Amino acid sequence: MLNSKLFPCSGVRERSTWRAFILILFTLLAVGGIILSLTKGALYISLNDIILAIFSDSSGSNRQVIWNIRLPRTLVGALVGVNLALAGAILQGVMKNPLADPHIIGISSGAGLAGVTIMVLFPHKEYLVTPIAFMGAMFAAIFIYILAWKGGIRPVRIILAGVAVSAFLNSGISALMVFYSDRVHGALMWMVGGLSARSWPHLDIIFPYTVVGGILAILGAGRLNILNLGDDIARGLGLNVEVSRIAMTAVASLLAASAVSVVGLLGFVGLIVPHAARLLVGSDYRYLLPASAILGVAVVTLSDTLARVAFSPIEIPVGIIMAFVGAPFFLYLLRRDA
Amino acid sequence: MAIMKAENLSVDFYEKSVLKNLTIAVEKGQIVSILGPNGSGKSTLLKTLSRNLKPNKGSVYLDDNNLAELSAKFIARKMAVLPQSPEAPKDLTVRDLVEYGRYPHQSWWQGKSQEDDQCVDWALVQTELLDMSSRIVSTLSGGERQRVWIAMALAQKPEILLLDEPTTYLDICHQLEIMELLADFNRNHDITVAMVLHDINHAARYSDCVAVVHQGKIFAMGKPEDVITVHTLRVVFGVESEIQIDHVGKLVVMITGLTKKRG
Repeated sequence: MLNSKLFPCSGVRERSTWRAFILILFTLLAVGGIILSLTKGALYISLNDIILAIFSDSSGSNRQVIWNIRLPRTLVGALVGVNLALAGAILQGVMKNPLADPHIIGISSGAGLAGVTIMVLFPHKEYLVTPIAFMGAMFAAIFIYILAWKGGIRPVRIILAGVAVSAFLNSGISALMVFYSDRVHGALMWMVGGLSARSWPHLDIIFPYTVVGGILAILGAGRLNILNLGDDIARGLGLNVEVSRIAMTAVASLLAASAVSVVGLLGFVGLIVPHAARLLVGSDYRYLLPASAILGVAVVTLSDTLARVAFSPIEIPVGIIMAFVGAPFFLYLLRRDA
Repeated sequence: MAIMKAENLSVDFYEKSVLKNLTIAVEKGQIVSILGPNGSGKSTLLKTLSRNLKPNKGSVYLDDNNLAELSAKFIARKMAVLPQSPEAPKDLTVRDLVEYGRYPHQSWWQGKSQEDDQCVDWALVQTELLDMSSRIVSTLSGGERQRVWIAMALAQKPEILLLDEPTTYLDICHQLEIMELLADFNRNHDITVAMVLHDINHAARYSDCVAVVHQGKIFAMGKPEDVITVHTLRVVFGVESEIQIDHVGKLVVMITGLTKKRG
């Protein structure tokens, strides 16, 4: 069934069957990832025991491990995957640039500088990292927007302003790391992005953004499709191009900022997952957004499981695993499609 | 009656004024061609009429309503625009693309209606694309691709169609195919057509009205035989020409050389 092009080029019926097949495949991967993430770890717990631990009120050690550690961590990972993948998919469409991802609009560098500042300068106030990082991310995104504004927003100006502002903020991060080199370990872990010790409070933070951002993204799918035809055509079809671009970028900023502030600068998901989804289901956002979100869940949960068990008992940050396994896979997809 | 008019338009680019207090009216039911040399402002004029540029001064009116005060979707239900060499995502089928033409008629809470399907079918039939409807647009030839974009504009069910050099990059046969197609919509479906053209003979053959833009102003406007003259071609384009009438009574322009600049 896999022909030379990944996404079939002929036959309308063949295409919708293919899309359904890929969506089901992604869903299976996501469910598999969640189950693996719950069962595997320092302590192996069978699926039966997990269900028992979640749905009955036993006070055994299984219940402790599942309820307090693995379940919230898995759920946080899943939502982070959804948010970053959706943000990346939206931004690639809005900016009409294949390299657009949450880094481009300053989310990562803004959250990075804010988070690292707290961790390095006020290590006893670690609980502030998430809210301050979120504010840093949004502040950087808005700042880039203001810089790029000139009677409207042009994607190229946003991208250039984003690169410049990110470079500026990153130099701040580097400076902090150099001056306080004795305290950088925690900051370093956070900079690569990891899910270790993420629990219910983090889930409470990210959950509303996932729900609201996810709904807004899906509602915007039609607009993104029109925007992809080019500004002139989109305007001719009656789309308010400037407003749509700003609104969708704002949605992407909220999605990405909430994810990054919770788990650190997980870079890979927002860039590669939407691309992989696009190669497999095509550029129609009505399919691309759900496909990206589900694939995001699969990628983050599977990578996190691997991160925990690969060098057990040492745990490596999920960001490293994701880039290490994902980048070659992505290159494989790219070569196949060319 | 004018379906569209622009009054006292001025458009500046980086301090340089491209359109200077320009006024133009497009009569309902006509084919209007806009001619002019490079840099005369003809594309800028079309972009301003199609809302892709905001004028620094002056207003554009659609059915006597100021364009700036109408909602984007309302305008798109009356006016379709085809810019120069548009580009679609690589994996769209012909039908996918033509369906986007229904966007201004849809609201976000409802999917496509039966009427949408009928309009898309109709547009595909008019452009003779029905049996290509599941082909991928990016694999088609230039002429076929241009027909797909025109079909998308038709699916909008517009009263007026604006086009910016619709025949660029096409060979002579496909150029005529596009011109015939537009003439047919105009005649049989009562669609007003206003377009920027490069080819003076196409303009002479197919238009009811020709507007010549020169240095940001309308140099002359009216019936082709009144406007396209040896004098116009010499002053505006800087070329010498001979003009004849063919057996169906249409103008044929032969360019014989460059006008020698004096001094």
